[in-house]
Amino acid sequence: MSVSSTIENAVRVEMKRQPMPPRERLEQVFDVQDLTATYGSKPALKNVSMEIHKNLVTAIIGPSGCGKSTYIRCFNRMNDLVPSFSQTGTIRYHGQDIAAKDVDPVAVRRTIGMVFQRPNPFPKSIHDNVAWGLKVLGMKDNLSDRVEKALTQAALWDEVKDRLKQSALGLSGGQQQRLCIARALAVEPDVVLMDEPASALDPIATQAIEQLLHELKSEYSFVIVTHNMQQAARVADMTAFFSISRGGEGHRWGELIEYDATEKIFTAPSDKRTEDYVTGRFG
Amino acid sequence: MSAADLSVLQRPNDRLRRRRVVNRGMELLAWLAAAIAVAILGVVVWSVAKRGASELNLDLLTKPRVPFALPGQPAGGLANAFVGTLVMVGLATLMALPVGILIAIYVNEFAPRAIRRGLGLVLDILNGVPAIVVGIFVFGLIVATHGQSGFAGGFALAVLMLPLVARSTIEVLLLVPGSLREASLGLGVARWRTTLGIVLPQAIGGIVTGAVLAVARVAGETAPLLFASSVGVSNSADWNPTHPLQSVPVAIFELSDTGVKSDVAQAWAGAFVLLMFILVTSLTARWLATRSRRKLQRAAR
Repeated sequence: MSVSSTIENAVRVEMKRQPMPPRERLEQVFDVQDLTATYGSKPALKNVSMEIHKNLVTAIIGPSGCGKSTYIRCFNRMNDLVPSFSQTGTIRYHGQDIAAKDVDPVAVRRTIGMVFQRPNPFPKSIHDNVAWGLKVLGMKDNLSDRVEKALTQAALWDEVKDRLKQSALGLSGGQQQRLCIARALAVEPDVVLMDEPASALDPIATQAIEQLLHELKSEYSFVIVTHNMQQAARVADMTAFFSISRGGEGHRWGELIEYDATEKIFTAPSDKRTEDYVTGRFG
Repeated sequence: MSAADLSVLQRPNDRLRRRRVVNRGMELLAWLAAAIAVAILGVVVWSVAKRGASELNLDLLTKPRVPFALPGQPAGGLANAFVGTLVMVGLATLMALPVGILIAIYVNEFAPRAIRRGLGLVLDILNGVPAIVVGIFVFGLIVATHGQSGFAGGFALAVLMLPLVARSTIEVLLLVPGSLREASLGLGVARWRTTLGIVLPQAIGGIVTGAVLAVARVAGETAPLLFASSVGVSNSADWNPTHPLQSVPVAIFELSDTGVKSDVAQAWAGAFVLLMFILVTSLTARWLATRSRRKLQRAAR
């Protein structure tokens, strides 16, 4: 896709979209201050500060290796699973610092759900994929209603309602990813983090997932990492652009370059690096 | 490329010819080594089967042993040994399986990296402890104060089984895709619940395979049982693990040494049964392993 059509497309989608409420009326979900993340002695992210708002889709874009995935995994303490990982700075979630020592990462993940890059359904039936989390987390009332609601929200219900007992591994990649979204939505999180949810999918499946984000953002807040700029332009209200900085000892780390309304990022970026990236001049 | 270059392909020079000969030679050596392994197994099975299979009958498995049977008299069977081995291997499995699986779960799902390496080393060393040393250990720990018993024998076998079960379970848990753990943890499910609900069901086939192989391995152990459960055993089937129990390998060891013809014949028959048991369990384990690997591969995709 050419440079001008990328921007045109972005603008067109932006025009169709409902206007974003003025920034001062947005409720804040996350307040990130001076976040620095390292793996062992290698920095991955430096000094990121930004706010993420409720009922919006916030996209994180940037080249490979800019720390997008590391960043989104800070929001639900998923990096705790990486032994060499450490971070400084604060991430406040409705005012509470979720990186604090006395905060239980399991409780954080309970309210901040995640959809991963590659579809990772459990090797269970379609029904059990959604129901297992509900059962384990004690949401056993109206189980089949909850499963149906989640599958409907993920736009998968009509395709699977007659074969709920069949293995989820028999679904196509796009269906599996929507199942993973249903699984995440079923346990009623407040925020859903998506780490390149469409990177392993074909355009039609991608479109289905983007459609979902539009329809569901009135109920949830989404943070989506994507390396696909058109996708960010299509789905996101706010877009953050990350880039790679280089330092001594061959270290490379990600930095937040610019964070603004998606339309602004794609049509009138204030930083030259953002402009180079969104117009495709970046190497 | 010119025509002259191509002619090399059809008329190899001396160096190429020598390389081909060396290549053939090495291939032949490797083939011979593989053939030797197959031949050794073949000779062992054949020689045991030749002497043992003819002595095999239902009496051997069910009848009590008749010591000092005169020629012409019925020699009885080895029911005491088969029952004893069953009881002791069963006890060993009951002890070693849960502990071994828990060790593997700790190492793979919970332990920090340094402890993980340390425990891996501990298991390797434990696996390398000679069976006779385990026998002396159990003698000092249990037999010296409480006397020989099926329980002491089972405990000795459990010590030998533990590293086998733990190691094989660790290997299987490593095969469970990390993306499944992430999926569960990402829902806000606690680690132990993730392990029980997602990781273990995926790995169960492989864990059973490892357990079956460990059973096959310790069923033939003789040395520790000489210390733990061999003296004053009953001649008839005895299911009580507080008594010293006879076992198949110890019975083979003792019967082959009496010089009585019918005893020696029974020793061969016992050896044949033991060999068949190990063959069957190994094949079962192989079949289970193939099945569980397929399951894991499907989940990884």
